[in-house]
Amino acid sequence: MAIGQSETPARSPNGARPKRGVPEGLWLACPGCSATVFAKETERCMNCCPECDYHMYVSARDRIRHVLDDGTFEEWDAELLPADPLGFIDKKRYIDRLASEQARTGMRDAALTGCGMIRARRVAFGVTDSAFIMGSMGSVVGERLTRLVERATEQDLPLVIISGSGGGARMHEGILSLMQMAKISAALARFSEMGGLFISVLTNPTMGGVAASFASLGDLVYAEPKALIGFAGPRTIEATIRIELPEGFQTSEFLLEHGYIDRIVRRPDLKSEIARTIDYCGK
Amino acid sequence: MASEAFRLDFEEPIYALEKRVRQLEATEPKSAQLHEELRAKRRELADVTRTVYSQLDAWQIVRVARYPDRPKFSDYTNMVFDEFVELHGDKFYGDDRALQTGFAKLNEYKILLVGHQKGKTLKERNECYFGCAHPEGYRKAMAKMRLAAKFKMPIICLIDTPGAYPGIGAEERGQAQVIAESMFTMSLLPVPIICVVIGEGGSGGALGIGVGDRVGVLQFAYYSVISPEGCAGILWKSHKFAEDAARALRLTSDNLLELGAVDDVIEEPLGAAHRNPHQMATRLKIYLLRTLRELLEIPEEELLARRYARFRRIGHFIEEAPACDLD
Ligand SMILES: [Zn+2]
Repeated sequence: MAIGQSETPARSPNGARPKRGVPEGLWLACPGCSATVFAKETERCMNCCPECDYHMYVSARDRIRHVLDDGTFEEWDAELLPADPLGFIDKKRYIDRLASEQARTGMRDAALTGCGMIRARRVAFGVTDSAFIMGSMGSVVGERLTRLVERATEQDLPLVIISGSGGGARMHEGILSLMQMAKISAALARFSEMGGLFISVLTNPTMGGVAASFASLGDLVYAEPKALIGFAGPRTIEATIRIELPEGFQTSEFLLEHGYIDRIVRRPDLKSEIARTIDYCGK
Repeated sequence: MASEAFRLDFEEPIYALEKRVRQLEATEPKSAQLHEELRAKRRELADVTRTVYSQLDAWQIVRVARYPDRPKFSDYTNMVFDEFVELHGDKFYGDDRALQTGFAKLNEYKILLVGHQKGKTLKERNECYFGCAHPEGYRKAMAKMRLAAKFKMPIICLIDTPGAYPGIGAEERGQAQVIAESMFTMSLLPVPIICVVIGEGGSGGALGIGVGDRVGVLQFAYYSVISPEGCAGILWKSHKFAEDAARALRLTSDNLLELGAVDDVIEEPLGAAHRNPHQMATRLKIYLLRTLRELLEIPEEELLARRYARFRRIGHFIEEAPACDLD
């Protein structure tokens, strides 16, 4: 359920990794086509490669800017902080790992939740950031998303969650992380019973316990192009079946072909697509 | 008695005494002195077994949970239930052998039984992928559980899996989606659901049939977000650190109870379930009957409210106003 920190790095489905030696800041190497592209230019295209349209990493804060109307985001449950319920130590203490991730990302944990407007439609909105311990779900992510779903139920708001998690359920919080999957799924079941609309957007990567809970439970499931999405990590599968995985395995396009997502949506179109879906569903 | 091929190293002192007791038992005629020695050896065996099993570390417990002679789903269908009428197939793709479903009788109660099957012979083990279910297994379980709810039958799930199967076909047929949907579905079914981890509670594959009103765990079973080997491979960069990972993950029954992930621990016989499967089955049966009677008293609406609350409260975090430097 927990997928390796090392298993799903920010790589493209064709395996290209960012090249080293490119001056940082001004220019960056596209993980999709390896072209050296002007950073400002990619920023203008919402971190999509101007050459090949590869969808690069986007932080949770930038997601909010991309999808919600300017200045409308109101954060909920920002006071939730991760703890170390197991006293978990691997090569590093979890408590220290949390501190360094918080310092590096400026986030308290891997999810931001709240409400805001999408083209003047009020929504409950959540996003996980794959930079914070691989976007993995521990108690805080689980609790924030569950409260988000509960508020959406109470206030009859459409719910939008954008997932980016290579980490699945967070190992460092053990069984408590696993149980967050059941907790959110149960909250979503109640929301659905009340007629709530949930739009789930999958981005690169969405794996393990995140894919196997809320991310797959949207009334509509959309995905960004060429995102890595699946249950088991590709390396785990390779180690189990001992054959090379087919090209394009566990990509958005693979999932579309097998019938598990409704639409592949390019990042610049996401906001309009969400607004249109809300209108169709009459929410 | 343990098969020679699968002996647990920490059980060596137990094996030695078991062997001696068997020798003494077989000796005829028995002198008064021999009777005395037999009594003493039996006492010693009980003491040593108790000592060994009271000192197991997390990794040793994982090995007991995986022990091939440990009673499995198919043993309990015989020993706990009066009848098991298997219902096959998800009516969509196939009939997963790793996840079995069927009608069963628990004394006077007619129930739906769902459980992971690991298999005993090599052939069986291969057929059911060593207890690793494919999406069609979870689809089958969901379909039969809906059937049970329709006809007001309580549901009992016996969990024993290393994890849901990681393979190409499993991904193609929506492994992530079916596990999510199964939890979603189980949270709303208006009949009592009892889940018991009888061996391995391997992450999402276990939780996929693990959303119930009461969740129990056998004393030497484990339940974890990831296998110790998988965790070691990722965080320690080597499977060799599985022992450290097992300890760090807090996956043993007493840890699980403390963390609020399970409601009850069902005590195993002296020297664990594999040493006395019948006694284990009796204890499991008593637990299931007692729990079922309690749950059947609860009105449907309250049952669902309590089930929601049971999972809703799990988690551990701090609530504190954001400091300026973080925002
Ligand atoms: Zn590119």
